Amino acid sequence: MHVIPLSPLDLTLAALLVVALAGLVWAQRLELARPLLIAAVRTAVQLGLIGLVLEVLFSSMNPTLIALVAMFMLAVAGYEVMSRQQRRLVGFWGYGVGTVAMFVSSFGVAVLTLLVMVQPEPWYAPQYAIPLLGMLLGNTMTGIALGLDRLTQGLWRERPQIETRLALGESWLEASAAVRHEALRSALTPIINSMAAAGVVSLPGMMTGQILGGSPPMEAVKYQILMMFLISAGTGFGALGAVQFSARRLFDERQRLRLERLRAKV
Amino acid sequence: MSPSRIRATGLRSGPLGPVDIAVAAGTCLGVSGPSGSGKSLLLRALADLDPHDGEVWLDGLAQAATPPTDWRRRVTWVAAESVWWADTVGEHFRAPDQSAWADLGFAPEVAGWEIRRLSSGEKQRLGLLRALQSRPAVLLLDEPTSALDRVNTERVEALIADYRADTGAAVVWVSHDPAQLDRVADARLLLGEA
Repeated sequence: MHVIPLSPLDLTLAALLVVALAGLVWAQRLELARPLLIAAVRTAVQLGLIGLVLEVLFSSMNPTLIALVAMFMLAVAGYEVMSRQQRRLVGFWGYGVGTVAMFVSSFGVAVLTLLVMVQPEPWYAPQYAIPLLGMLLGNTMTGIALGLDRLTQGLWRERPQIETRLALGESWLEASAAVRHEALRSALTPIINSMAAAGVVSLPGMMTGQILGGSPPMEAVKYQILMMFLISAGTGFGALGAVQFSARRLFDERQRLRLERLRAKV
Repeated sequence: MSPSRIRATGLRSGPLGPVDIAVAAGTCLGVSGPSGSGKSLLLRALADLDPHDGEVWLDGLAQAATPPTDWRRRVTWVAAESVWWADTVGEHFRAPDQSAWADLGFAPEVAGWEIRRLSSGEKQRLGLLRALQSRPAVLLLDEPTSALDRVNTERVEALIADYRADTGAAVVWVSHDPAQLDRVADARLLLGEA
């Protein structure tokens, strides 16, 4: 079994589809053509670069280099989480809360998977470690960003309700429960939906890729199931931690709601 | 002079203060002043809902030494605009006090009413009843009759007077209506005067 290589012409044809879409969108006076094209260029450049990095990484097997790439991926994911929030915590935690949560959940789940389940030799073998971490980070990033955004927006919007509940003697946990639950629901809904639809509505990307690459379908399916479970665990634990920590930061030691610890809407 | 139920010294929060207040058991302090003079901030500081300078004591017990949930159950703030979160009135009450409900003109079946059908006046009166559930020692009332007609204003004033007499609670009552403060308050505090 071997992969049919894609020629530059194949990619150019696919790119022309995106350009055609941008042209149509532009003709309709929608402000989407620019971001669409920029995102498409970013995809090509970023994936091209990561392809080069992976080629080097796979041939060197240098643990320090692998750790550096992993940290770089985490730093970028942390930045993405931060920039997707309309109101984020002021100071270090605006960046730190998502990054630390992703570090603990994604790295924790990835290391556990490599050491206990997949067991490549050595355990940090980049063919396994980097794609695994990439998929975990990509998904936990979305979940944590959604959860945090919903939390801070919710606390901001529901301030009268929360302060009324505090005034009636509820604790910060009780007063913020509805908002925290809503935040967790939005963090976990994407992965719940994709697990529910997997194989029936959609063929997940990783599995499709493995099958295109020549893997037997059942092997691809097993990896996909593993991945789905890991993503839901990583997203769930990460979002739980990030939401709980951020909520705690927005109340002080006297259990007062301190919305000035959020930045103004960007 | 009787010992004060709630006492504050050097209270300062934003444009408010520093002010000193002392309200004896069963009495009412009427607070007035122009918009922006810090009337609501005073109540929020007493309830410990905003960071503030100065010390507050309830029956000699310092605010900072009392767990915040206990403090707010004893020193309860009633906002000018009441906020509701569940669908029906009853979900916001543990065990409705039927006699207090009747005093404000509500029959027991009001518990089944939907929040979205309430008028602003009904919300305001029910908001007061909700705050009275924990039998607070100090009531902090922010314009408690702003949405009420005369009949209901009198009902609320009478209910608060009875509550003070029955429980020895102290009341801090913010109002823009001098005539109302003449009726309900034993002492007055005018904020925003240099």
